[in-house]
Amino acid sequence: MNPLALIGDLVRPALAPFRGHRSIAIVVGMALLTALLPFAVTVWPLSEVQGQKVWLDGFTNAGVFMLLAVGLNIVVGLAGLLDLGYAAFFAIGAYTYAYGASPFSGNDFPFLPMLVVGAIVAATFGVLLGAPTLRLRGDYLAIVTLGFGEIVPIVFLNAEPFTQGTNGIGGIYKPDLPLYGTFTLLNPWPFYLVMAAILTVVIILVYKLGDSRLGRAWMAIREDELAAAASGINTVTTKLLAFALGASTAGLAGVFNASKLTIVSPDQFLFTVSFTVLAMVVLGGMGNIWGVTLGAFILYTIQAVLLKQLNTTFENLSLPHPNFVQYQFLLFGLALVFMMILRPEGLFPSQRRKRELHAAEELGDEEVAMVGADELGNADPSTSEVEL
Amino acid sequence: MTAVAEPVDTTGRRFPQWAVLLVASLVGIVLFTLVLAAFTTGGLVTATQQTANALSLGAIYALVALGYTMVYGIIELINFAHGDVFMLGAFMAMTFLTAGFGAVPGGEGATTTGIIVGVAALGGLGFFLGWGLISGLGIRRALPRVIAMAAVVLSVGAIEIGVGQSGAITDPVLLTALLIPTFVVAMVIMAAINVTIERLAYRPFRHASRLAPLITAVGVSFILQNIVQLWQGTGDRGSPQVFPLIKFELLGAQVNVLNLFILILALAIMAGLQTFVGRTRLGRAMRSTAQDQQAAQLMGVDLNQTISITFLIGGALAGAAGVFQGLYFGYVRFDLGFNAGLKAFTSAVLGGIGNLTGAVLGGFVIGFVEVFAGAIGQQRWSQAVVFVVLILVLLFRPSGILGQQLGDRA
Repeated sequence: MNPLALIGDLVRPALAPFRGHRSIAIVVGMALLTALLPFAVTVWPLSEVQGQKVWLDGFTNAGVFMLLAVGLNIVVGLAGLLDLGYAAFFAIGAYTYAYGASPFSGNDFPFLPMLVVGAIVAATFGVLLGAPTLRLRGDYLAIVTLGFGEIVPIVFLNAEPFTQGTNGIGGIYKPDLPLYGTFTLLNPWPFYLVMAAILTVVIILVYKLGDSRLGRAWMAIREDELAAAASGINTVTTKLLAFALGASTAGLAGVFNASKLTIVSPDQFLFTVSFTVLAMVVLGGMGNIWGVTLGAFILYTIQAVLLKQLNTTFENLSLPHPNFVQYQFLLFGLALVFMMILRPEGLFPSQRRKRELHAAEELGDEEVAMVGADELGNADPSTSEVEL
Repeated sequence: MTAVAEPVDTTGRRFPQWAVLLVASLVGIVLFTLVLAAFTTGGLVTATQQTANALSLGAIYALVALGYTMVYGIIELINFAHGDVFMLGAFMAMTFLTAGFGAVPGGEGATTTGIIVGVAALGGLGFFLGWGLISGLGIRRALPRVIAMAAVVLSVGAIEIGVGQSGAITDPVLLTALLIPTFVVAMVIMAAINVTIERLAYRPFRHASRLAPLITAVGVSFILQNIVQLWQGTGDRGSPQVFPLIKFELLGAQVNVLNLFILILALAIMAGLQTFVGRTRLGRAMRSTAQDQQAAQLMGVDLNQTISITFLIGGALAGAAGVFQGLYFGYVRFDLGFNAGLKAFTSAVLGGIGNLTGAVLGGFVIGFVEVFAGAIGQQRWSQAVVFVVLILVLLFRPSGILGQQLGDRA
């Protein structure tokens, strides 16, 4: 793949939304959802749980995780690379905004350009990290990203003169949009709407990418790297692009989150964040953009609303109960393992990914039959009838 | 494909590999001490003590790294949960040395309810792990089954009861009588846990895509961490340092006997492993499986059993390392395994993944790196330095110090 074709692949999806019907469908769908959700939560029983403003704030936070899940899906779902330090890019985006717009740095750059800057900075770090490791096998990428995800918060923690260590950078300016004005803490609506807009744009772009030459190259690498390379795909560049684009989405989410929370500190970006996003992607269905978006929404709701609500409900009934919130990561871990064992394609599978995951098992059975050892086969009649 | 242990190849060399390694290690230790003496204010005396610390730390990392490298060598899986197996081993030793399960949650003496809950929970756990061990190893005859189950259940039971120690024991006979069961119990349980993990979480993916077992491994790691967090809380838990603080003089420096104990015992365990892998029938099965699974199967190697034995040994080594952790540092923590796992994996890569000697060498090098960072007052950066080492190795020599050139398979 020559550089020009790559640039074409990157630019084309950006222009494409004006041509395709699906993009219009996504815009309409997202607009409908964005409009309906605020009313849905005023209806019993959802209205009993928390007020509309709290719900909207929660949806905005869920949106951050949905953005992260869509980004990680490019890396894990489309290109088949395991990134275990995804929160690092989230952190880099957030700290970029903290430098761009806070009293600590003395800068006050506007929000929208900073979104792009945050994405670019995160993508740059993605390339820096990916370049040495993507030549090696996927497993190495997993452990290197795990390390990177661990190091980035440590660096932000230890480089006190630049980051104020544990305290983090506070007083970050809220977005100030040209026609609207400055966002405030009391009104969740602007954040909610901006998040919906960002999410819509990103989902359309990722869809277009997935269908582009680049997207097909990602899937080819995911399914068989050797065959992909033999077909003329530059595997290193293609993987690097997946990694950089995934990182840039996290950077975007980081900028948004920093502007919403108005503070960044190292403890916001620990391994639990990377793990949660991975669980969202696996649960939703690796490779399926709607699947992972829904997966993120569901897990975030479980984490932020359901477990707390369980505590409240039990307290109201004055029943003895464990603190359900404490069990959230244990639940996520169990969900991840059982999902991989029982339904590796996720709750909302992408057809191609599903075929691939089950085809691998079939191939395994053939190999086993070849060498004549019968006890290895995990032959499951339901998976042998793959739709083609 | 990487081999678990290359047979000693002396053709075309003037000296056997072990002699080269021995001389190189001694030179390395002396050089490290001199460098430390040059960079720190304490001079040669402090440097000698620091070197002793580095050797203990390195021995712990090496034991954990062996588990990574063996599993990677045989099924090419980075077992993310291995660091947490080490952490769990440290908790098992801690629980055994203190007053057992019933007393631990509250920190007070054992209560009746605590004992009943403990017996029920750990009894269930014992049978579950016993089943995992038997099923994983595919033990079919009655007597070995009974022995395996009894070993696991008794070990879990021993942890349940505990020995109620809190301080150092000066009587050498009593100390030996205490340390032997501590090691046995921690190693047996961690071996059973590791085999059970492989049986339940990795074996179903033997023929699935490469991504699947990696993801479950991360999930298992998270589950283990969270179980311990719910069980023991998030803070440091004191682990009884039963080994007395005896020092002997070396080059004018006061060196703790515990350092020597850890180093010698760890090296003995490693030598035992090398002999097992190099000389026994099962070791030969492991090496042939690492080279070519299908060919090994055709030659009559039981693939499942061989892989389970690899996990068994890896778990036992991690259990031993866990005991050392408690004895040496005097504390255990639920998230210990994350960093230790990362460092041990770096050790394995540094030495050449799949290579047993390399993992040991890498473990000691990482131990030195960390102690050096601490000695020059930059302890907080040690994790970052180790990570940079990992990146540099992957950049310039992905096959590690002792590994052969393997191209993209690395």
